[in-house]
Amino acid sequence: MTDAVTGAAKGLETPAGLASVEAVMSMLAQSGYIATPEIATAVYLAHHLRKPVLIEGPAGVGKTDLARSVALGLDQPLIRMQCYEGLDESKALYEWKYGKQLLYTQILKDKIGHLVEDADSLDEALHKLSGFQDIFFSRDFLEPRPLLKAMEQSTGSVLLIDEIDKSDEEFEALLLEVLSDYQVTVPEIGTIAARVPPLVVLTSNATRELGDALKRRCLHLHIDFPDAELEARIVRTRVPGVSDRLLERLVAFIQAVRGENIRKLPSISETIDWARTLILLHADSLDPVLVRSTLNVILKRQSDIAEVSGKVEALLDGGDKAGR
Amino acid sequence: MERTLTRYIRALRSAGAGVSTTEAMDAARTVEVVGWEDRSVLKTALGTVLAKSVEEKAIHEQLFELYFSREAAAAAASEGQPGEGGDPDSGQPGEGEAGEDPQSGDAEGDEGGDPVEALSALARGENPGKLAMALERAGAAAGVDEIRFATQSGYYVRKMMEQMGVEALEARLMEALSRRNAEGEAEAEGLIGTRSALQKQARAFVEARFEIYGKSAQDAFMNEILAERSFGALGRSDTARMRALVERMAKRLAVRHARRRKVRDRGRLDVRRTLRANAGHDGVPFDIIWKIKRKDRPKIVAVCDVSGSVAQYVRFLLLFLHALKEKVTDLETFAFSAHLADVSRPLEVLPFETAMRAIVDEVGSGGTDYGAAFLELDRDFGEVIDRRTTVLILGDGRSNYSNPRLDVFKQIADQAKRLVWLCPEPAANWGSGDSCLLEYRPFCTLLTQCSTVIDLERALDEILMAYD
Repeated sequence: MTDAVTGAAKGLETPAGLASVEAVMSMLAQSGYIATPEIATAVYLAHHLRKPVLIEGPAGVGKTDLARSVALGLDQPLIRMQCYEGLDESKALYEWKYGKQLLYTQILKDKIGHLVEDADSLDEALHKLSGFQDIFFSRDFLEPRPLLKAMEQSTGSVLLIDEIDKSDEEFEALLLEVLSDYQVTVPEIGTIAARVPPLVVLTSNATRELGDALKRRCLHLHIDFPDAELEARIVRTRVPGVSDRLLERLVAFIQAVRGENIRKLPSISETIDWARTLILLHADSLDPVLVRSTLNVILKRQSDIAEVSGKVEALLDGGDKAGR
Repeated sequence: MERTLTRYIRALRSAGAGVSTTEAMDAARTVEVVGWEDRSVLKTALGTVLAKSVEEKAIHEQLFELYFSREAAAAAASEGQPGEGGDPDSGQPGEGEAGEDPQSGDAEGDEGGDPVEALSALARGENPGKLAMALERAGAAAGVDEIRFATQSGYYVRKMMEQMGVEALEARLMEALSRRNAEGEAEAEGLIGTRSALQKQARAFVEARFEIYGKSAQDAFMNEILAERSFGALGRSDTARMRALVERMAKRLAVRHARRRKVRDRGRLDVRRTLRANAGHDGVPFDIIWKIKRKDRPKIVAVCDVSGSVAQYVRFLLLFLHALKEKVTDLETFAFSAHLADVSRPLEVLPFETAMRAIVDEVGSGGTDYGAAFLELDRDFGEVIDRRTTVLILGDGRSNYSNPRLDVFKQIADQAKRLVWLCPEPAANWGSGDSCLLEYRPFCTLLTQCSTVIDLERALDEILMAYD
């Protein structure tokens, strides 16, 4: 046990919130995130093994929110990188400040004449200039993008690489260096290693299969829809104004809807939105008319709404029985 | 304890969850961090490190219980030993060390040197810990972990029995029987009881090991055989396994072709976009933008002969195509024998088996007429075939000597991107009897024999390749 812990301590003292699995759970609870033991274990191991966590699961179950809550709980900056098709290194790692370089070139143009004036030969002029050439490719002209920015944080940080499955496969390869060695190589400057390795969280909606190399480097966490009890706890944390009776019924209804054959299942974020909606409507219980008129909050497809609205009574009854 | 972990990883691998060396090392570090004490923490922790997909997590979930409940029993056995027996040799926490000889080692140690007595004591189950350990040792010596097939269990049970010293017991049994008196018979009966009790224990042990190490290997082997068997020769009992196999192959195929349908056509500059992107740099082209060529989405029109001779093949083609639904979103299915019908709808809304039955009932009767079917396809559904469509025909081309309507077939072929014909018959039979395959052949982009699921996978791979 000691070895791994001291290994981690080399970079940074283990924050109190990451001292044990239970500590992770209570830290997350304080930032408003109700974590299952699986989630807490993954965060705990991510810190102690110095490994990124890859989170998979349906949309809206709190994958992105986990990273935000960890950052909040650890009081570290959250650096977020949203992935999309066509994302490349100039947007993820670093970019040269072309405009600034250009401006400097313009300014220096006049000076260059002075500089090489007294040189007799071309060789000598080149020699004189070679002393200056590196200034354009120095840190001053480097625009850090999220990955590099995360490496440069001296307090440590939480790096969220969101929806990695949306990026191209080449981008995954680009990530490998960052994820396994916590360093970025800029050919003109050299290798920039992280001062304090960030806690890296990657999320994926599984729209495509991720590469093996990436998966091997990560811890893997699968978050699924929560069971009724956990969901009730989550909604209560997020929507404090909800009454017990309403909470119980609405969670039971959502759980029943997830058992239906529909295209897009409602997830926790929809449950929370729905709870807020119902509070705004001053509802303290569910009735079929109310449910039908607010179905569009939890279901996002017309065909799904049509399918469920025919069964609202049955689902309410079923949920009722389960609730008792 | 390290061995426990490496053996667990081996079990995971043989169950089909790919665990790499780095992951194994991570697992060892994980154990260092979380410790062995709390089983549920250990389970979730190992789950995050070793299982990298939902399927692998399920394997881990199942195997962990199976493996560590046994491991715990073995550990308890080795711990309980010294207190009761007082024999330092057998008190070693062996976890089934292979080197020792249980026959002469511990058994004789505390039971007064009589191996048969020792075995009887074991069989009476007075000391379950000791029994568990004897089994563990015999199992390791017999190499039970190597088990791959259920049929091998008899062999391993016998080997374990021999390791435990059953031969001495059998010799005693023969001797007792040969005495031919009441006393001898009573002793023989007792010995037989001992033997069968031990055998039962050994069998349970071997079966548990088979669950951990062998089962998936056997599954893989069965799948391999099934993949190469002709659809026509499949029995009813193979259907479930075949369906699972087809689904897995389809998934693999979908992943293989999941690459972006976007190819950078380097070498052709997109002047307009480059100028615009670099306006901020005073028109100096820092960012070069290349023209991008977008690829077609796969669109497949499957035309299937569902007459008796080919129906079985059609089942699996359709099963495969529908398992590919994620990849091939644009799929139209037609079935014919005497006449042609659009069957996409029933396949989509009904459960597969029901849909298949309905289709065969609807169009499966009457003599097959390829010419008429093509004519109907062109006349009634001509608009579904466009220049990005692959027309996939499955049939033996046996048209009962009717007019093959090559003119219509040529028109379909011209209209489509590609035309692929899959035939269940081997090439030698093409063109024999009433088969018109050789006449259709010049218009096909590809004409190939397709009788096993491997053929099917290859053919669909080839079709999807045209869209990558």
